[in-house]
Amino acid sequence: MNTSLTRRGILAGLGAGATLAAVPAWAQGHSMRRHNGPPIRVGFDEVSGKIIDLAVASGRRTVQGRSGHGIAVNGSVPGPLIRLREGQNVRLNVTNHLNEDTSIHWHGLLVPFQYDGVPGVSFPGIKPHKTFTYDFPIRQSGTYWYHSHSHLQEQSGHYGPLIIEPAGAEPVSYDRDYILLLSEFTPLHPHFIMSRLRTGEGYFNDKLSSWTDKYPMSGAERRMWAEMRMLPTDIADVSAPTYTYLANGRGAEEGLEYLFRRGERIRLRVINGSAMTFFNLRIPGLPMTVIAADGQNVKPVEVDELQIATAETYDIIIEPGKADAYAIVAESMDRSGMALAMLATVPGAKASVPPLREAPLLTMGDMGMNHGPAASDMAADHNGHAGMDHGGGADANAAKSHSMDGMSMRDKSLLPPDVEIGPGLDMVSMAPVDKMGDPGIGLRDVKHRVLNYRMLSALEPNQDTREPSRLLEIHLTGNMERYMWSFDGRMFSSVDDIPIRFAWNERVRVKLVNNTMMAHPIHLHGMFFELVNGESAMHQPRKNVVVVQPGASAQFDLTANEPGDWAFHCHLLYHMHGGMMQTVTVVGPKVAT
Amino acid sequence: MTTSPLIAVTLVATALLSMPARAQDHNGHDGQPAVAPGAQSSPPVKADLHAGHSPSVVNPKPAMDHNMMVHGDLKHGSANDTASSTGVSPGPMMETTQPVEAGIGPSRAADAIWGADAMFDSRKSLRESHGDFPVFWFQGDRLEAQIRGGHNGYLWDFQGYYGGPTSRLWFKSEGEGGFGKALEDAEVQALYSRAIAPFWDFQLGVRQDVAGDKTTHAVIGVQGLAPYMFEVDAAMFVSHRGDVTARVEAELDQRITRRLILQPRAEVNLSAQNVPRLGIGAGIDSVEAGVRLRYEITREFAPYLGVEQSWRVGRSADFARGSGEDPSVTNYVVGVRFWF
Repeated sequence: MNTSLTRRGILAGLGAGATLAAVPAWAQGHSMRRHNGPPIRVGFDEVSGKIIDLAVASGRRTVQGRSGHGIAVNGSVPGPLIRLREGQNVRLNVTNHLNEDTSIHWHGLLVPFQYDGVPGVSFPGIKPHKTFTYDFPIRQSGTYWYHSHSHLQEQSGHYGPLIIEPAGAEPVSYDRDYILLLSEFTPLHPHFIMSRLRTGEGYFNDKLSSWTDKYPMSGAERRMWAEMRMLPTDIADVSAPTYTYLANGRGAEEGLEYLFRRGERIRLRVINGSAMTFFNLRIPGLPMTVIAADGQNVKPVEVDELQIATAETYDIIIEPGKADAYAIVAESMDRSGMALAMLATVPGAKASVPPLREAPLLTMGDMGMNHGPAASDMAADHNGHAGMDHGGGADANAAKSHSMDGMSMRDKSLLPPDVEIGPGLDMVSMAPVDKMGDPGIGLRDVKHRVLNYRMLSALEPNQDTREPSRLLEIHLTGNMERYMWSFDGRMFSSVDDIPIRFAWNERVRVKLVNNTMMAHPIHLHGMFFELVNGESAMHQPRKNVVVVQPGASAQFDLTANEPGDWAFHCHLLYHMHGGMMQTVTVVGPKVAT
Repeated sequence: MTTSPLIAVTLVATALLSMPARAQDHNGHDGQPAVAPGAQSSPPVKADLHAGHSPSVVNPKPAMDHNMMVHGDLKHGSANDTASSTGVSPGPMMETTQPVEAGIGPSRAADAIWGADAMFDSRKSLRESHGDFPVFWFQGDRLEAQIRGGHNGYLWDFQGYYGGPTSRLWFKSEGEGGFGKALEDAEVQALYSRAIAPFWDFQLGVRQDVAGDKTTHAVIGVQGLAPYMFEVDAAMFVSHRGDVTARVEAELDQRITRRLILQPRAEVNLSAQNVPRLGIGAGIDSVEAGVRLRYEITREFAPYLGVEQSWRVGRSADFARGSGEDPSVTNYVVGVRFWF
C-alpha cells in the first residue's frame, strides 16, 4: 500500500451515505415547508487543477428530516474538496448566484492579502451575479478549508475542505487519506440566531440549571453564579437541538462511513468547519496519532481524545485493529449532541456508539481564579495518573474560600489602561494564568490521554527564531447579557479604522488575556504564528487558530512578514459578529525605512 | 391597617430570597469539583512532557514508513524530561509601544488595489454588522385575566426596544380594567435607554397616561439585572402638574424544571405628596406581591397561573376606603407571557 490510494480512499468516503441522500425529501417524512431553491446535495466531490470554477448558490438543506435555507458551493454542503499541490499557481473563479454579496476566505492559506477574501478588509466582496477571480501561488502544504466571510453565510453551509499536497514527500506514510469535516445544520435562519443571542439570553441553552437538575453544584455555588448574573451552563452559545452536528454534511443517523482493510494505516484530516462548536473527538478502542495541526506538521503525538476548536484542523493517523468497525465520535463540547462516522471493513458494519457523557459546567478556574490546589499543572492529568483528586476536602474548602465575599468579578485595576472599561465588559479575570496545557472544558479530568497545546511541537524547524522585540497584550472582553464581544473592550464597529499595526518583519509576542467565561478560538488571517507552549523557538508549533481558555491567557510569537491588511477575530461566528474582531495591518517592506 | 405593609414586605422578601437556596438536596456528595481541575501553573516555560524528545520518532527529514511505526516510542510519557526547555524564549516582560515603522492611521491597503470607492460600501457593511447593530425585541411580560370576587378584570404589561447593545429606544405600556367597563389605568412610555454598566441601563423619556386622568410625566429611571438575577425596573415620574411619584418593580425567574418557571414579583409605588384627585397618599402608595407559575411551551410563549395580592397603604388606603374600595385585594390570575 502506498499513498497512491489516497484519492480513491477519499472518494470511497464520499460515496458512502449517498443512498440516504438520494431519498427524496418528501419520502423522508419531514415537513414540506418550502425553502427557496433546489435541494442541496450532501457531501462533496473534488476539484483540482490550475483553474477552478466555483459557484455559490442558495437552496434547501435537509438533515435528518429537518429542512432549512442553505448556501452551497457547487451545489453541495460541504462544498467541493479543493485539491492543490505546493508550488502550483491557482486561479479560482467564484461566481455569486445569491441575491446578496458573498466571498470566500481561504482559511490558513498564505496569499496576497487582496485575495484573502474578507469583504471590507481585503477586497470589496463579490456582488450578486458577478464572478471574482482569485489568483495566487501555493506556498505551503497541508489540510485547510475555505468559507464565506460575508454576513452569516458560513452557518448556512458555505464552506468546504482544501488540501494541498506537498512538493516533496509526506513525512508519514499511510494507506488511506480521508477527510472528516465537522459542522452544524440548523433549520433556523442565522439572522434569527444572531437576534436571539442578543435579545434572549440563554435562548439556545437547553441545559439551564434548575431546582430539579442533576448538576453537582452546592447551593452556595448556585447562589454565587446567580449573584454574578452568569450561567455555569454556558459552554456553547448555540447547541443541539438547535443544531444537528454533521460529519461531511451528514447527521449522526445518516451513516457517514470510511472503509478500510485490516492492517492499513489511515490518515484522517479533521476540519472543524462549524460556526460555533468545539468537538471532542475520539475513536473508542483506537489511539490517534496527531501529525499536523492547522495544516502544519507536528512531531507525532499519540492521544486517545482531542478537543478541536472551531476552525482548527488536525491530521491524525489511526491504525484500526481487529474489529470490523470503529466509531469516530465527535461530541459537542457541551455534550448536547454528536457528529458520528464509522470506520468499517465492509459497508454497513457498525461499532457501538458510546452515549453522550455528562454535560460539563464552568468552574471557578474559568473565572480566572487559579489559586489553591486546582492550580497545579494539568499536564499531570492525562498521563495515566489518576487525575486530580477533586471532591476531596481541599477543594471543598477552596470553594468556600472562593465565595464571592469581598471579591470583585470586575476589578478594573487588573486591566491595562488601553482597555476600555464600559458596559461591554462584564468580567475581569482575576489571575489569567497561561493554560496551554489545558485539554479543554469537559476533558480536564478524563482518565485517558487528551491532546493539549503543550504536546504540539513543530516537525520542521521554524524559519524565524528571533527573540520577540515587542510584547502586545490584547484582552478578550465581553458581556454575555448584551451579547457584546470585543478586543480590549471595543467592538469592531468602533475600531474599524484603528488597526493593530506591525512593522515589516517585526517579531512580536502577542499575549491574549481572556476576561470572559467562554473559550475563544482566535484566528489571524494571512500568517502562521507560533504558540508559546514551552517548546524552543525552533519548534514552537505553527498555527493560525489559538484557543484562549476562559479566564486564562495564551501567547503566540509572530513574524510580521505578510504585508497588507488582515482580519483578526474570534472564529465563533456570532462572537465575531458580536464585535470580537479587529484589522491587523502589516506594513510592507517598501514603506518601511 | 398599618401592619399590612410590613406583612407585604415580609412576604415579598420571603418569596424572593428563599428561592436560590433551594434545589440542592438531590446529591449526596458535597465536595463538588467546584474548583476547577482545569487550572494551570502559570509559567508557560518548561516543556514538560511530550515536547521535543523522542528523537527516534521525530525526523525533520522524514524517512517514510519508519517514523510512525513504533508507538512505544511515541511520547506519552512522564513529565520528567526537561532537556527541551533549553532555548525557550522568556520574551519581553512588559508591554511596549509599537515601533514607528509600524505606521499610523486606518487600514487602507485594499484601497490601493481595488480603489477606495469600491471598498467604501464593504467597509461600511462590515462595520455595521460586527458589533453595534440594532435589533428589535418585544415582550408581553404579563397579559392576564384577574379573577377576584365579583370584579374580574384584565391587565397588560408590555415592553420592548429597538437599538444596539448600549443605546436603545425603549417603550413600555401597562394598563388594567374591568371586563365590560372602561379602562381604569393605562399608560405608555417612550424612553431613551443607555447602558451605564454591564447589567444596567439608564432611561430618560416621557410617560403618557391615556385612561382616566390624562397626565403627562417626565420619566427618569434605571432598568437592569441585579445580583442574584433579579430583573429590576425603577423609575421616578414628574407629572405636568408637578407631582412626583416613583415605582420599583422586581421579578425573579426560578426554574423548577427547564420549562416550568416560578416567578415571584413585587412592585412598590411611592409618592412625594398627596394627590387626592388620583387617590394617592404621600409615602408608600401601594404594594403588590405576586407569584406566577409559567410553562414555556416555547421559550417565547408561556401561559401562566398565579396569585397576586395588592395593598393600598397609609393615606392611599384611606382614599380607597373613602371611595368605597377595598384597600386590600387578592387576585387570581391566568395569562400568557410572550416575546419575540
